[in-house]
Amino acid sequence: MLVAVLLPFIIAIFIPFLSKWKDKVHTGFFVTIVPVLVFIYFVRFLGTGFEPVIHEYSWIPSLDINMVFHLDGLSLLFVLLISGIGSLVAFYSIFYLHKSEQLGHFYVYFLIFMGSMLGVVLSDNVFALYSFWEFTSLSSFLLIGFWNYKKESRYGALKSMLITVFGGLSLLGALIFMSILTNTTSIQGMIDQQQLILNSEFFPLILILLLLGAFTKSAQFPFHIWLPDAMEAPTPVSAYLHSATMVKAGIYLVARYSPMLSANEWFFIIVSLAGIVTLCWGSYMAVRQIDLKGILAFSTISQLGMIMAMLGFGTKVAIFGAVFHILNHATFKGSLFMIAGIVDHEAGTRDIRKLGGLMTFMPMTATLAIIASFSMAGLPLPFLNGFYSKEMFFESSLHLEAASTGFAGFLQASIPYLAVFGSIFTFVYSMYFFFGTFRGKSHLEELPKKPHEAPIGMLISPIILVAGVIIIGLFPSLINEPFIAHAAESVKGAVLEEKHIYFWHGFIPPFIMSITVVVFGSILALSRKVWAPVYRFVPGVLSMNKVYDGTVDRMERYSKNITKGYMNGSLGRYVRLILAAIIVISFAFMAITGGFTIDTSNVAEITTPEILVAIMMVIAAVGTAITNNRIAAILILGVVGYGLSMLFVLYRAPDLALTQLIVETVTVALFLLVFYHLPKLRKKEEPVSTKILNLVISVGFGVLMTMVAISSHSSKFFDSISEYFVDNSYKLGGGDNIVNVILVDFRGLDTLFEIVVLGIAAMAIFGLIRLRKNKEEE
Amino acid sequence: MEIIMAVLAGILFTTGVYNLLQKQLLRIIIGTGLISHGAHLFILTMGELKTGAPPVLTEGIENYTDPLPQALILTSIVISFGVTSLLLVLAYRAAKVNGTDNMEQLRGNDYE
Repeated sequence: MLVAVLLPFIIAIFIPFLSKWKDKVHTGFFVTIVPVLVFIYFVRFLGTGFEPVIHEYSWIPSLDINMVFHLDGLSLLFVLLISGIGSLVAFYSIFYLHKSEQLGHFYVYFLIFMGSMLGVVLSDNVFALYSFWEFTSLSSFLLIGFWNYKKESRYGALKSMLITVFGGLSLLGALIFMSILTNTTSIQGMIDQQQLILNSEFFPLILILLLLGAFTKSAQFPFHIWLPDAMEAPTPVSAYLHSATMVKAGIYLVARYSPMLSANEWFFIIVSLAGIVTLCWGSYMAVRQIDLKGILAFSTISQLGMIMAMLGFGTKVAIFGAVFHILNHATFKGSLFMIAGIVDHEAGTRDIRKLGGLMTFMPMTATLAIIASFSMAGLPLPFLNGFYSKEMFFESSLHLEAASTGFAGFLQASIPYLAVFGSIFTFVYSMYFFFGTFRGKSHLEELPKKPHEAPIGMLISPIILVAGVIIIGLFPSLINEPFIAHAAESVKGAVLEEKHIYFWHGFIPPFIMSITVVVFGSILALSRKVWAPVYRFVPGVLSMNKVYDGTVDRMERYSKNITKGYMNGSLGRYVRLILAAIIVISFAFMAITGGFTIDTSNVAEITTPEILVAIMMVIAAVGTAITNNRIAAILILGVVGYGLSMLFVLYRAPDLALTQLIVETVTVALFLLVFYHLPKLRKKEEPVSTKILNLVISVGFGVLMTMVAISSHSSKFFDSISEYFVDNSYKLGGGDNIVNVILVDFRGLDTLFEIVVLGIAAMAIFGLIRLRKNKEEE
Repeated sequence: MEIIMAVLAGILFTTGVYNLLQKQLLRIIIGTGLISHGAHLFILTMGELKTGAPPVLTEGIENYTDPLPQALILTSIVISFGVTSLLLVLAYRAAKVNGTDNMEQLRGNDYE
């Protein structure tokens, strides 16, 4: 299973090489093979006798972070969706993306996404899940911004990134809380110990953080705003990430944790409310859109809301309906996105006001569209899968198990009405999508291209998906027991009683609700023109987009101002700031920990020569700062250096003294060589305040270093390792001069690198001087 | 004596930093030189001064001064020599090309 998850990543590495031949073979052909292989691998698990499989691979065992792949019914559903839709989308993209595009980039992102999405739904380890989760956000960002020359693409990519990563971080918070409480990093382990989490005082926080992660990813109200802007991505991406798979990661997460969380009443309230509001809002907003993909984006939002709501209901029928709808939605919405892509490709626009009457030009596409959009509308026909899950939605909205007091009770009572309300608009936008594009008057003169039927390769993928719609519609029991029932079972925790999917239940309330939807929906759809002003007017002000834009704008402005405040390009200022920070932090730390110690018991006696040398050095050091004569400054610096070598002599360090003497001489000579070319030292014409500031900083730093030196001399926390060198210098190194043995033997590599550094410096110096010569010769 | 040496190191740091904060390249290089002198003295003070013979093995002597700081300082002296010479040539080039050695005038002005 590890290979199956990693395969996309591995192939992604080779894509740049494969895309070199993109003129001969479209890179998409290589890519399509990957999801097909993954699909074949996982489809073997299907069957009535399916049992969960666990594969474990260690990754960072010391932190209890491992690759644990847990394949149960729910994961299997998602894995098959990811690989199945992935194959179709990859195939479709071969015809959608022209060879002149940056195919290499596109398919690398695509494969990274696929691999990480597989990781999300298979990982049982929460931290592995989180890593894969963020990888999906990242690849989604890259794919939305694929046409990065367009401003809208960049805007949409950034928006989706900011919102989903914000959610991802809250999810991480929730996961850390839960893993600390239960002392395990396994999801199943957490669910087994759910009492620990449910009874913890942090439970409300955990619930909110977890749901924030799920809601931002699955575009639930009010975090849905990134999804419409994500439609700037190439259509295959929209079909794959932003309708069939990635946006369902949030759904997956809620479903995965619902055996545990649904025990709490607030889970029902928050999730159902968010879901049902998203359903209504999304479907209402979809009717206002003029862009085909815009309609589909809001429709996706509303459908996700519907699934989320069903997960919130938590009854058996609801869970069954939810997992069933995950599958159905992927089939009809995936094909609708591909159809929108075909229309865009062949007619040159997605603006529904310019489209119309395309049925005569694109009969095949229109046929597919009619089936898919009617399925989305939930029209009660026995060959449309959308109807079945919608019916379950209605049924479950009527039979809620939750408490009927307080707010929960009120919510429970109002849910069926909201469900019908949202579904009416779902019906309206489905009709709008189909009739607006394919029927009515055609405005050929307004289209950038003369529309014609798409090439057969582009049609294959939507045909397969629509065939899925019909097959599931006609023979729902075909996928029921071997597939959906297992998925529902792993969500609901307990074994479901055998659930049959029927088309005809009789004149029971859910069917009446469906009929209501169809009747009112048809009326609204037919009289769309009358209502158009209302659609345009109502939500104008209530836009979360404004909140988002305002926040991002302000954050950008503030951070720019702050950065401008200290990054003004003056290096002196940077050094001052850094030093000031060091001084303040170190002194504060010293004061808090009482780190300063002074111990005079073990000091050497004070002798006159040392004092004299020291006084000389002090005078010279101060002199460098005061003098305005170049030669004087350089020579005085030399005095300090020679003084230091004298001190080395006094302190029994002959090697140091020699080296220092030589180096100092060469340095002074170098200074004297160069100084001639540098301008004269000027009087320091800076304001007094700067002078005082410099003085304060330098004195502060000097005092700090003095205190550190005294403290480090006065305190011994452990024995010095010097004894080792004294003892072994001759035995191991074969030399009498201990310092030399340390340098060339014990720490030989250090010295080697030191030589390398000097070599690099020498080359740089040589280069800098040559540069001048060459220029002068020109 | 260690205390006095620590104070001396501190004074070297002070003057070094003060020079470093000036605007002229030559002064900045002098500043780095002073700071590295200060650092060498600082490392030396951390060990114990004058508690034995020079660290060269000799018959009959058991007590040597701490060789470890000396080895570290030796490395550091050589490296700071490399740094100083590179800085000098860099300053020379910068002053030649730009006609100034004032750091305030050498700053980039892309974002102003």
